[in-house]
Amino acid sequence: MTEEVIVASRAGLKARSIDFSSYVKQGEYLLKGLNKWSQGIPLVLVFFAIWEALPRLGFIDPLFLPTFSTTIKTLFDLIVSGKLLEHVLVSLQRASAGFGLAILVAVPLGFLMGWYNKFERYTDLLVQSLRNISTFALLPIFLLVLGLGESSKIAIIFYGASWQLLMNTISGVKSIDPIYIKAAKSMCVSDWDLFRKVILPASIPSIIIGARLGAKISLMVVIAAEMIGAKSGLGFFIQNAQFNFMVPEMYAGILTLALLGLLVNYLLVWLEKKTTGWKGEIGSSILG
Amino acid sequence: MDIIVAEKVHKKFKLKQGQQVNNNGVISNEIEVLSGFDLKIKKGEFLVLVGPSGSGKSVFLDLVGGLSAPTSGVVYLDDKLVEAPSDKTGYVFQQYALFPWRSALSNIEFGLESRGVAKEERVKIARELLSLFGLSDFEDRFPYQLSGGMQQRVAIARALATKPEVLLMDEPFAALDAQTREILQNELIRIWEGTDTTVIFVTHSIDEAVFLADRVAVVTARPGRIKDIIKIDLPRPRKGDIRSSNEFAANRHKVWGALKAEVNKAQQDWKLAPVFSE
Ligand SMILES: Nc1ncnc2c1ncn2[C@@H]1O[C@H](COP(=O)(O)OP(=O)(O)OP(=O)(O)O)[C@@H](O)[C@H]1O
Ligand SMILES: [Mg+2]
Repeated sequence: MTEEVIVASRAGLKARSIDFSSYVKQGEYLLKGLNKWSQGIPLVLVFFAIWEALPRLGFIDPLFLPTFSTTIKTLFDLIVSGKLLEHVLVSLQRASAGFGLAILVAVPLGFLMGWYNKFERYTDLLVQSLRNISTFALLPIFLLVLGLGESSKIAIIFYGASWQLLMNTISGVKSIDPIYIKAAKSMCVSDWDLFRKVILPASIPSIIIGARLGAKISLMVVIAAEMIGAKSGLGFFIQNAQFNFMVPEMYAGILTLALLGLLVNYLLVWLEKKTTGWKGEIGSSILG
Repeated sequence: MDIIVAEKVHKKFKLKQGQQVNNNGVISNEIEVLSGFDLKIKKGEFLVLVGPSGSGKSVFLDLVGGLSAPTSGVVYLDDKLVEAPSDKTGYVFQQYALFPWRSALSNIEFGLESRGVAKEERVKIARELLSLFGLSDFEDRFPYQLSGGMQQRVAIARALATKPEVLLMDEPFAALDAQTREILQNELIRIWEGTDTTVIFVTHSIDEAVFLADRVAVVTARPGRIKDIIKIDLPRPRKGDIRSSNEFAANRHKVWGALKAEVNKAQQDWKLAPVFSE
């Protein structure tokens, strides 16, 4: 460290040099990420190979489990015909509507509950009781009260995604090191700036983790909701394929679901990296 | 002229339910941290506070910084009662307290933002300070990318950015290794000697106190008050090699003489490991 310091004190006399190394580094990170990611590929391939082999070798009736190649071919046809995309988009629309609503409500609420002890004292009991009820258990009630339309689905997704966001926002606010607040106050910061420039950025890492969990839950809940009462969406598609004994279609739908989950997760990991780059390299793994 | 005047300052903290503390034999739920703390600091003076651990030095800095209020008594800054953080004050914390989500440059800009300084001007001031501390090449680095010594320089630069009349420094170099510490002491004194900033500096190192101070104020074991004030009669500007002079040793001896009894008392009270040594 001392050496670094001495170098640093000399640096003041040096002219500023252009930092090429940062570009090189970015490239290295990309490679490292790909490398890390590619290490997961062999096992996935093994999984697909077993999937292909089981029905082929007659261990499982292909009527119940079509080969991987059949499934991929079906998936391909579905993608080309545009049929699948339609359902996927509908599901994504519902999920993001519910999730977006959850962000709009749960994050501000979380800030209030985390910052004002009084507010939390009044609300904590209700929140803790509600959050421990399984979202799926409430699904029928939502359908009953709000009907089979869009609103019941969006509402249940909103409900399911809110809790993680709320809890993570609260804990994000509560775990802010008081020294940051003290430092900001010593620099005569206004209340609004204290929130905007200290409390908000300090709790972002925790909120993002809540958002990742919330997004996963949104995807799960939207599928479940569409299976119970819907005429469109990926959940409906899978359920419908199952009822009509279109088994390859059903597996294609499930595969799509997995891909979708992976995609959403990557998106959120990327967002996490983007917003919490200041935290150093201990962040979450790319597969999260 | 006295820029800071503390008169009959008392500070008590209420402890959590069930917690107790022994205040000179009386068991109580309140901890008395400062009791009859009087101190006057002249404009432009470098005053160093030394005292046993737990004697209320940090608490006193918070009072001067307007971050907490005395239980009784008064603290004046420029003849005005301190009731809230003043924009004349800068504060450097022992834990650096840099905002980890801001780059070095933008950390230094923080205080200027609250004062409505325009972006261009902020960057200019922050860059000047970075170069003053030899950190020009590091302006875009986040705190986690800086060594402890660099972080502490940024923290000092951040406090200096608003050109404070009073700079509060709470053991700013305590976490650093001996060499870095001396380097930063030399830098601080070089920078300070060119200004008329008043500094209150807390330290556990008698060497550091003697090297930096115009006067060293010795705080008693808790409840803290000023026990003694020792004028350091070393010439300025001070250079690093003054540390090995005879006058330095003589001053050092005086400070330790005043401090020794308090540290022993605190150790009996708190069973603390020895922090000071001669
Ligand atoms: N918020 C608080 N609530 C209760 N007690 C407190 C609080 N802040 C400080 N104290 C107590 O006040 C006493 C003095 O604390 P302070 O931090 O000022 O000591 P210090 O002189 O700075 O010690 P050190 O040299 O170890 O930093 C300690 O006994 C501490 O436990
Ligand atoms: Mg302290």
